[in-house]
Amino acid sequence: MKLRLHTQPAVPLEAEVIAPEQLLGKTEAEAAALPVYHGKERVALGEFFSVTAQGPSDTLEVEGDLARVKLLGHAMSRGRLLIHGDVGAHLGACMSGGEIVVDGNAGDWVGREMSGGRIVIRGNAGHMVGSAVRGAATGILGGEIIVHGNAGNEVGHGMRRGLIAIGGDSGEFTGVNLKAGTVIVLGRLGMRPGAGMKRGTIVSGQDAELLPTFRYDCLFRPTFLRCYLLYLRRLGLAIEERLLSGDYRRWSGDGMELNRGEILLYSG
Amino acid sequence: MFIHSTEIVDTFAEAFQMWGTRVIITAENRKWASAAARSMTGFATSVIGCRCEAGIESEIPAEETPDGRPGVSVLLFGGSADGVGKRLVERIGQCVMTCPTTACFNGLDAEKTVAVGGKLRYFGDGYQIAKQLAGRRLWRVPVMEGEFMVDEAFGVQPAVGGGNFLVLGRDLAVTLEAVEAAVEAMRVPGVILPFPDGVVRSGSKPGSKYKALPASTNDAYCPTLRGVAPQTLLPEGVNCVLEIVIDGLDEASVRESMRLGIRAAAREGIVRITAGNYGGNLGQYQIGLHELLRGGA
Repeated sequence: MKLRLHTQPAVPLEAEVIAPEQLLGKTEAEAAALPVYHGKERVALGEFFSVTAQGPSDTLEVEGDLARVKLLGHAMSRGRLLIHGDVGAHLGACMSGGEIVVDGNAGDWVGREMSGGRIVIRGNAGHMVGSAVRGAATGILGGEIIVHGNAGNEVGHGMRRGLIAIGGDSGEFTGVNLKAGTVIVLGRLGMRPGAGMKRGTIVSGQDAELLPTFRYDCLFRPTFLRCYLLYLRRLGLAIEERLLSGDYRRWSGDGMELNRGEILLYSG
Repeated sequence: MFIHSTEIVDTFAEAFQMWGTRVIITAENRKWASAAARSMTGFATSVIGCRCEAGIESEIPAEETPDGRPGVSVLLFGGSADGVGKRLVERIGQCVMTCPTTACFNGLDAEKTVAVGGKLRYFGDGYQIAKQLAGRRLWRVPVMEGEFMVDEAFGVQPAVGGGNFLVLGRDLAVTLEAVEAAVEAMRVPGVILPFPDGVVRSGSKPGSKYKALPASTNDAYCPTLRGVAPQTLLPEGVNCVLEIVIDGLDEASVRESMRLGIRAAAREGIVRITAGNYGGNLGQYQIGLHELLRGGA
């Protein structure tokens, strides 16, 4: 099935129904009649999108400038969601399975509270990628988020399991309050990475300034990281050869917390 | 049936159901991957005395291993799935984890798995770290050189052990030459030859005059006992017998390996090739030599 945005919303459009399991198997008319929220007003999906029943049975494609369309792929558990264009906040929130691929940029809160599946952003992502919501202690419980470009602040906030990979740079507080899981930033980490982390791994392809509550361990060549980087390369993320064969400085922290987390900084 | 001047006896090899697994060992370079694999497969010739049978299946190019480093594939067989699990914990713990730069991965997708990294992780004394990637759980165990990485669980599947054939030669030189050629030809995926460089000279029969022994020398094939043993199976002119034993992850692989081996071993100076069996009473598989050579694997 294919959706095409024909009317740009004046205010953000909350479109939780744009997910494979909500739309696939429905007729064009049934799909167009599903409710979305334009601001606080409940309207039909068809008022903003044209619906065409075509393509593979497990794939939903959405086209257009969707920067003001939120919650695509919400609670998705299976199938594929392909988005051609920029997309708004809360993409793949609470997702547990399936795959979302965005040919464009994504807004804030990509994959917040997700527990499974995979989200690929071929452009940049906003703040709070794979994060907990405000007031919650725990972020994502599993799954994979791969951003080819840059990401904003608080990537992986409170993350307990899963993999987040950023091809470019990340903003401040990357991996803040991390409980476990792996955050890989091929570019530069913003300020204060890993603040409050208990366990888990933060990797950067460049040097970084760390909080004084992190202690230096050693220079080594982590075998597990090769597995991760090769896996990401197979998924289409550009991994430089130097990152595969190089040494990394290992820091333990955060000493203010459990001190079982690690930050690995590429050293050459 | 003859291949060149070698008689192929119309008999069968009697093979047994075992449980098997595949282990991928990687390291910083081929030297250390091979060192770990050789160590892990040492003293693993026969379940009778070693509690498992193991061998190197092949080398694996770096591009095909999970961590992109040179690797070696090892197959290990035992009498039960649990037994295979125990041997893996022992041998990976003592021979692979101890070897510089190695990592150890499950190489067999199977419904049944046994915990390996899930047990070895305790060596980390609480400092071990679990990682989950693409559905597999890996353990990072801190060691003095860095970290040892090992899969949480390894696949095990029903397998075939004890495929065999005996090469009866005119003298030692020609028989050695024949079995060396056979071993070279028998490198089939999913198969190992657990004895030293694939060859065993001390073939056994079940039982012994000494009650404590479950097996003893196969006197019917010992040239020095031709005039002493109650029965000899050595034709005139045979002065040396060597055996090749084959274990495989499935029957088809064992058959193919045997077929290639017998064809390679048959030559001038090899009087006869036959196979060991117990009258078909003990093993679950009967691999007929004539059937094998007539119909392919």
